[in-house]
Amino acid sequence: MNNKTLLSMYKKMQFFRIVEETIAARYHENKMRCPVHLAIGQEAISAAFSQVAQKGDYVMSSHRAHLHYLAKGGSLNSMISELYGKENGCSLGKGGSMHLIDLKVNFMGSTAIVGNTIPISAGIAMASKIKKEKSMTFVFFGDGAIEEGVFYETVNFAIVKELPIVFVCENNFYSVYSPLKPRQPKDRKIFKMVEAMGIKSFKADGNQIKKCYRTFSDAKKYVDSKKKPVFLEFETYRHLEHCGPNNDDNLNYRGSKEILRWKKKDPIINFEKELIKKKLLNKKKIYLEKNKIKKIVNTAFFKAEKSSFPNQKEAYRNLYA
Amino acid sequence: MPKISFVDAINLAISHSMRKDKKMICYGLGATDPKSIFGTTKFLEKDFGKKRIFDVPTSENALTGVSIGLALNGIRSVVSHQRLDFFLLAFDQLINSAAKWYYMFGAKKPVPITIRLIIGRGWGQGPTHSQSLQSIFAHIPGLKVVMPSSPQNAYYLLKDSIFDPNPVVFLEHRWLHNLKSNVSYKKSNKLSGSKVVKKGKDLTIITMSWAVHDVLDVSKRLNKEGIDIEVIDLSVIKPIFWKNIFASIKKTGRLLVIDTGAYTGSISSEIISEISINYSSRLKTPPIKIAMPDFPEPTSYGLTKNFYFDKLEIIKNIKKILKIKKTLQIEKNIKLPTHHDVPGEWFTGPF
Repeated sequence: MNNKTLLSMYKKMQFFRIVEETIAARYHENKMRCPVHLAIGQEAISAAFSQVAQKGDYVMSSHRAHLHYLAKGGSLNSMISELYGKENGCSLGKGGSMHLIDLKVNFMGSTAIVGNTIPISAGIAMASKIKKEKSMTFVFFGDGAIEEGVFYETVNFAIVKELPIVFVCENNFYSVYSPLKPRQPKDRKIFKMVEAMGIKSFKADGNQIKKCYRTFSDAKKYVDSKKKPVFLEFETYRHLEHCGPNNDDNLNYRGSKEILRWKKKDPIINFEKELIKKKLLNKKKIYLEKNKIKKIVNTAFFKAEKSSFPNQKEAYRNLYA
Repeated sequence: MPKISFVDAINLAISHSMRKDKKMICYGLGATDPKSIFGTTKFLEKDFGKKRIFDVPTSENALTGVSIGLALNGIRSVVSHQRLDFFLLAFDQLINSAAKWYYMFGAKKPVPITIRLIIGRGWGQGPTHSQSLQSIFAHIPGLKVVMPSSPQNAYYLLKDSIFDPNPVVFLEHRWLHNLKSNVSYKKSNKLSGSKVVKKGKDLTIITMSWAVHDVLDVSKRLNKEGIDIEVIDLSVIKPIFWKNIFASIKKTGRLLVIDTGAYTGSISSEIISEISINYSSRLKTPPIKIAMPDFPEPTSYGLTKNFYFDKLEIIKNIKKILKIKKTLQIEKNIKLPTHHDVPGEWFTGPF
């Protein structure tokens, strides 16, 4: 990992956080009238992924998709406009935050149903294999998706068909407000259980970006050389509520000690300290970088707000191709 | 024109489509097993190889998602299920994804997939091997729903479905599988339905799938008794092609709809509703609906005895709508099948 990679990963994380924080800050204006699932605290995984993914690789995601979309190079302007429901939104305002797409960068779609894009990704990977493309498919989902039958159906099929696919589980320990305890057996190691199905599996701390980077690189190498699927589990934590712009610590479904422990593991703050120590960053550089990002992000919001809603007739168009 | 069976027509439609689209693939549980989905996928492995036609795990939901992903990445597929009932596990992928993809992502990518579902009937198929759920599929915006009734329309409707850029649910009735007729191998066209299969001026009967044959038989014989019935084979359940239906109602002013699905919330209810809204002034009598009872199909030979409507039931309702009191010749001469629960001698179970 050279200094350039380290710095670009840092910048990506800052970019992701500023986007999500701006959404949170402006959500109360009631102009983004759709549910948003923010990934503040989970930036390291997507930032590491952005360095490993190749242009031709395909990506799909679920409801918490902003960072995966941006990591693959999805247009920020189109995403923010989509949140505002505008005509220049990536899904023409028909999808909202949970239905992002940018085919220019092979971000094939994110959907709102837990586990829903897992088999679709396998289909995309299968088509790649049939067409003898060099690309592979990455599909992002959470720990809740591990409890859906379609996850097992798809992993099984990917193994049988030797599909070039990377299953990426971002385990943030909660399905909405439900912790793992009532959902999965005590001491289960998700990646071990999945490995028992016959798929190569890796696990890493999802808040340590260098570990995330190595894990994605190993996974990519494995799929490239063995022509078989891989499963990844990253442990991480969302800082805000499941859906919406606020923290919901007042609900007490997550203990204050637990929240504090994870906030100490903030992927950006810790990595920033490390890069300052390495003299790759200093206060001034950080300030300038954040300012640069804020300008880009604010412009996206400005453009989105200024854009028009789609023609109302659009609601009745394009049902069939 | 060669005389072939419904099964062979399906088989040839797939085969000809795979020849036309060199990337197209076909899969389903049992697609390459010795019985090859009632023979509908026979020889395909020999002709196209294991990469283009293959057997799959028993994972209906995932395999539907896979077909969507294939479509998004440029590969058309036909996915076959030996019973419609098994496919109910795949409603998330069908309804939340396939049906909506093109619309909800702003017309970025179409999803050309064809899902073949076989509907069973009789011989103890029972509650979960015999459901005729076309109205459920038809209720979902974005899906197309097709129900062929003969080898000829099975052939072209399947080809048209395969080359349609949208997700198509193709409902084949098991009782039609052995039916034979002459088939011409037409080129694929735009999917269309509501074909007038018999012209007439006294009464419009709209029906679908296997029921078309009972209706046609009765209607043709009634011609000799001076009763002139127009029969429309719906074929495409969604979107409904209204033009021929409206034209027929304007001509006859009488409507009988015969449905293979359950009575309440059926596609026949939809047809009667639409006619009542738009053409009530043209109707000379209230419309009549014949459909399956609002009960699951029981398994027992004894319990199914009067469960289905038969030709006599159809005749009774024709008489009602045309206000015919006298006993017709056809009622005296009609021969009902020895066993109510099979389509013919060829069907010896088990499914």
